[in-house]
Amino acid sequence: MPEAVSSAERTARRPRAPVTRPAWLRLPEQPMARHLVLGVLASAALFAVSMAVGSYNDYQLAQIGINAVAIAGLSVLVGTNGQISLGQGAFVMVGAYGAGLVLVHTKLPVALALVVAVAASGAFGVVIGVPASRLRGPYLAGMTLALAIGLPAVTIKYRGVFNGEEGLSINPLVPPGGVDPQRWLSWVVLASVVALLVLVANVLRSRFGRAFRAVRDDEVAAALVGISVARTQVLAFAVSSACAGLAGGLLGLATGIVNPGGFSIVLSISLLAGMVVGGTGSIVGAWWGAALLVYVPQWSSTIANHLGLQSGQSSNVALLFYGAVLVVVMLVAPSGIQGGLQRALAALSRRPAAASGSGRGAGVVAARQPVGATQVSSGLPEDELPGGSG
Amino acid sequence: MRQSVRRRRRPALRALGTVCVVGLMAAACSSSSSSSASVPSAGANETAGVTATSILLGTTTPQTGPAAPGYSEIAPATKAYFDYVNAKGGVYGRKITYKIDNDMYDPSQTATLTRQLVLQDRIFADVGPLGTPTFLAVKDFLNTERVPAIFVESGCNCWSDPKLPYTFGWQPPYTDEGKILGKYVATKFSGEKVGYLYQDDEFGLDGVKGLDAEIPGSSVVGRQTYTATPQALAAGLGSQISALKQAGAQVVVLYTIPAATALALLAAAQIGYSPQWVVSSVGSDPPTLTGLLASFSQGKAGAALLDGLITNAYLPLLTDTANPWVAGFKKILAQYDPGAPWDGNTEYGLALGYTFVQALQAAGKNLTRSGLVKALEEHGSSFQGPGLVPTTYSATVHYGFQGSEVVQEESGGQVLNVVNPPEVTTLTGPITPFAQATSPQPPAGFGS
Repeated sequence: MPEAVSSAERTARRPRAPVTRPAWLRLPEQPMARHLVLGVLASAALFAVSMAVGSYNDYQLAQIGINAVAIAGLSVLVGTNGQISLGQGAFVMVGAYGAGLVLVHTKLPVALALVVAVAASGAFGVVIGVPASRLRGPYLAGMTLALAIGLPAVTIKYRGVFNGEEGLSINPLVPPGGVDPQRWLSWVVLASVVALLVLVANVLRSRFGRAFRAVRDDEVAAALVGISVARTQVLAFAVSSACAGLAGGLLGLATGIVNPGGFSIVLSISLLAGMVVGGTGSIVGAWWGAALLVYVPQWSSTIANHLGLQSGQSSNVALLFYGAVLVVVMLVAPSGIQGGLQRALAALSRRPAAASGSGRGAGVVAARQPVGATQVSSGLPEDELPGGSG
Repeated sequence: MRQSVRRRRRPALRALGTVCVVGLMAAACSSSSSSSASVPSAGANETAGVTATSILLGTTTPQTGPAAPGYSEIAPATKAYFDYVNAKGGVYGRKITYKIDNDMYDPSQTATLTRQLVLQDRIFADVGPLGTPTFLAVKDFLNTERVPAIFVESGCNCWSDPKLPYTFGWQPPYTDEGKILGKYVATKFSGEKVGYLYQDDEFGLDGVKGLDAEIPGSSVVGRQTYTATPQALAAGLGSQISALKQAGAQVVVLYTIPAATALALLAAAQIGYSPQWVVSSVGSDPPTLTGLLASFSQGKAGAALLDGLITNAYLPLLTDTANPWVAGFKKILAQYDPGAPWDGNTEYGLALGYTFVQALQAAGKNLTRSGLVKALEEHGSSFQGPGLVPTTYSATVHYGFQGSEVVQEESGGQVLNVVNPPEVTTLTGPITPFAQATSPQPPAGFGS
């Protein structure tokens, strides 16, 4: 645990310092209200992006959202609670089949199917979390790995329910008149993902979130202050898998099919890679990782295609390039993109000229602040989007 | 970390800024062509990917991953045929560009790549997308966008569907193949005990449906399955083969992919079991099997295990070099995809390209998506091509070949003997002999 010392400090609230920004720029300090405002702002930004780009980019935006919520869930488990999991794909699969079965067999609305996906996967997370809370380190990794490899076989075994290899065909979303189908998909995905991530951010700022971090940092110490270690670990599994469940439900809507081929171990591993590269433990970092998972393979194959190789060779070159990008990112920013950005911005703002409060990665907003009205110590409570800066 | 404790953070602004940057990144990646927002109208997209001098086509196939061996040869062979046509002047003066995307046999990859092909690259048609689960992921998308999916590389009984007017199959449905093999087994090996070993998915199940329609249930003494996962295949098929031996099966019908065929043959050889093997065309390609047998047994076994194996074929036999189609395809492959082996996969890819070019020619000079579909429905049953049985396309039938001949492999697959002449059938109809006075001949100078 790289942040063993600091995390207790981080979770402690600090006295408020005077805020010198104008009132309309200030975010509410009460966590729930602030997360809500942030969620609305993020939705507005994503909506604007979606309106600005074309059909295929809208689909990619949806994919980024799906990956981001799955990675954020994994990040809660691994980064915030310190339980290593190689099986996030299995929870995505439970959500996908949960929503898929609802959509195939009932006429319930899509929103309800997504709720079922979250609930089913969350419940499955509890079931898995109970034995998992008895396991540590490599044993837990092994168990989750086995889950990710074994679970797809269930769909073959119980063909009557899951329709085997062929899987469940999901009817595409029907957009309201005039809206491009891919754009509508991205709206549905991003709205539900942002909504769930706001909830998760709230959980992480609550006593549950503090318990997650306390257990991660020192189980004995956590137990001594009255935290039930096992229960906390099970809860972290539930939150994590609920996120994965939403990702699964949305994945079915996006791809139009839910079948075991889509949930191989490759999915779990790439989600893990996205988490590490984006910044373990950070919800914002999850978006970085998600964007990389979507764009880097595409760039790789574009570059490989331009090399004029035969298709078999260029496919392998694309994989090689993908791996190289991951290696380079980890060398440049060992704590992930989010951690690297934070460090870079912190280094920048330490210099006197830059010190006047150009917030972290918030140049857009900072630029709108009146000159002289910027003050670094905003007095906002400590980061509710857990660090990744260690 | 110390530092971040000392410094107050403004997570709100940071998060928002990050979202903005992510957004800008997405926006930066948007292509100029797709910035219009409206729902595609049928008229506007009818000629997507077509210019006076070019046609852009695309496909998704596994080029890497567990499904790639063998299957990765198909699309490059199709491309080789298109390059040959381009060198001859193209189709109505249009040169064909064929974009091959690697979906690794993963349906979610197929979903992404197909959207990229359609929405960003603006392909005219999806030609030869490989695999049942992979294509099922995009069938609705393609039909909603009215993009022809011409010749899905799968024998699923599901491509001739009124809900999928833009989707066409090409190879015989697995059930058709099963019926023809089943009928041969029931007549030739009447009274003998039959065992099945099949892949536990719709490929195997559809095939067994056809077998069961012809082979009396009383003579089937064993039904064994396997799953096509790397783990299951790594464990081998020893237990299934032993069970069939125990049950006394004298004829064993395999609905298996090539790797599983090879494992079954090796498992039987190990326990001294030599039934009459009957293998679906999907898993019986001699060059592919020869390679797999040698590699799985570390060179201890080889092509000799193929002697006597019975299979079905709907394309000219690989060994029939006197056949003008075979001679022409071999020449095209050698020139436009040098280094690729001449085997069942490359022959499949070349022949599929041939049928597609026939469809383009039938669609006429003013090429449109609906025109291509209409041309296949109206003229697809009169195409004169390399197939041993005719293509059967019509307004209601979107399958290509619906029949096969039965073939026996000898001399380690070097010699292929026809043991039952071509027959045709449908999913539910009777099996009837297919006789034609003269088999279709390729155009003069084909292949050079």
